[in-house]
Amino acid sequence: MSFRSELTKGLVRENPTFRILLGMCPTMATSLAISNGIGMGIAATFVLVGSNVIVSMLRNVIPSRIRIPCYIVVIASFVTMVDLVMAAFVPKLHEVLGIFIPLIVVNCIILARAEAFASKNGVLYSLADGIGMGLGFTLALTGLSAIRELLGTGTLLAVPDFGFPGFKVFDRSLAAVMVILPPGGFITLGLLIGLLNSLTRRKKKAAQA
Amino acid sequence: MNGTGLIVSSSPHQRAAVSTPVIMSDVILALMPAALAGVWFFGLRALAMMVVCVATAVGTEAGLEKLMRKPLTIGDYSAAVAGFLLALVLPPDLPLWMGAIGAAFAMAIAKFIFGGLGQNIFNPALIGRAVLLASWPVFMTRWRWPIFQAPWIPDFDAVSSATPLALWKLSGIKTPYLNLFVGNVAGSIGETSALAILIGAAYLLWRGHISWRIPVSFVGTVAVLAALFGQDPLFHVLAGGLLLGAFFMATDYVTSPVTPKGQLVFGIGCGVLTVFIRLYGGYPEGVCYAILIMNAATALIDRLTVPRKFGEVKKVA
Repeated sequence: MSFRSELTKGLVRENPTFRILLGMCPTMATSLAISNGIGMGIAATFVLVGSNVIVSMLRNVIPSRIRIPCYIVVIASFVTMVDLVMAAFVPKLHEVLGIFIPLIVVNCIILARAEAFASKNGVLYSLADGIGMGLGFTLALTGLSAIRELLGTGTLLAVPDFGFPGFKVFDRSLAAVMVILPPGGFITLGLLIGLLNSLTRRKKKAAQA
Repeated sequence: MNGTGLIVSSSPHQRAAVSTPVIMSDVILALMPAALAGVWFFGLRALAMMVVCVATAVGTEAGLEKLMRKPLTIGDYSAAVAGFLLALVLPPDLPLWMGAIGAAFAMAIAKFIFGGLGQNIFNPALIGRAVLLASWPVFMTRWRWPIFQAPWIPDFDAVSSATPLALWKLSGIKTPYLNLFVGNVAGSIGETSALAILIGAAYLLWRGHISWRIPVSFVGTVAVLAALFGQDPLFHVLAGGLLLGAFFMATDYVTSPVTPKGQLVFGIGCGVLTVFIRLYGGYPEGVCYAILIMNAATALIDRLTVPRKFGEVKKVA
């Protein structure tokens, strides 16, 4: 176990979205546009890092029988900060993400890292784990939402909060609406997971040969 | 289906000299009258759509099988049939590349990912249509009337118009039976002419490739339910995609039940769903979704309707 491997494992090897398949609900709901995906990713990363560090610090104080409520209290404090900051500085994004910001409290990625990692490891490693997992989540959301924004709306990188309409790639009337609907989200995610798995398998085979 | 070496029924096994390629080429032959009617009413544009859909479907299957190093199965014509059926349920003026995407999606996502012919849960052609309708609803509901006379419609516009079912649902205008029977109405390329579809269906029934159970229970349920709800049963049978769906889509071997009782249940279920979507749903037509929903129930229906074995006595509880 090294600081570096804990930091990088969340990016691909143990990517929370593509590998551990956690946090599917916010993944489906917020990967409609790149700005939403990145916004959600950063918000979740902030909460994840904060809660990992605090939970790790308190890991010897928290009684194991009521640990989940304790984690929730810690997580909820960070979510409240994120919620208020986003409402103040990026109100449009805050409105789009809506209920999914308060719902970060029960995001399985954050709870799972607190339960499976931070409560058993030191502060430094927990910090690395939180950053890596958060960035992995952000990366996955960005990739997924780039595909969905492009195919589903015909534009890329629209950021309503900065008044930027995005780069128009093709006409909106030709965009496939299904891609930004839930079925399109599941199909895109499924194909990406399949692609990633087959790439890893090929790499493993090449390494063995 | 072919070459798996696995027989999933109890003995005795009677082998018929009927293989998948024979059945599939008979289905293509049986679809010809409907296709010809489509070309007659909607012009060469309809023919182009069929060519594009068939070519994309066959090309997608061949390409994926090559990519994944699987045995090539385009020789059983099932990909061609799926592409052909998809073209027949698309509006004639849909951009050709959208038809191609629908065909590619039908083959890659609805069939190949599940494991190819015999493994797919849903009818690929209908998945293709459902995906196109969800993706480009504007293009998928833009209809054209085949000829320039439709005196029963006020403010008639031949270039853009509604299907008979939409006219009935939204404006209460009823299209004459003769037009519906011959196919001189707006609609998908191959669904408008009841006459052409029935000729093809008669051929399939005569060759013994489909049984009467699913189509008759499907169409019968629609007629009876329509009458019960105070609608015109004959109109509901002739209009829309009911006949094409009942004879060519709902009878798909892979996605419909194999037990005789199960086929009746399947047909009745399709009929009930179709009528409810038509009368109470957001869309004027419900055949496509009705069949897809019942596809999902097929495995369950098969399980619950296993026929009694010869000589088997009912267990006394």
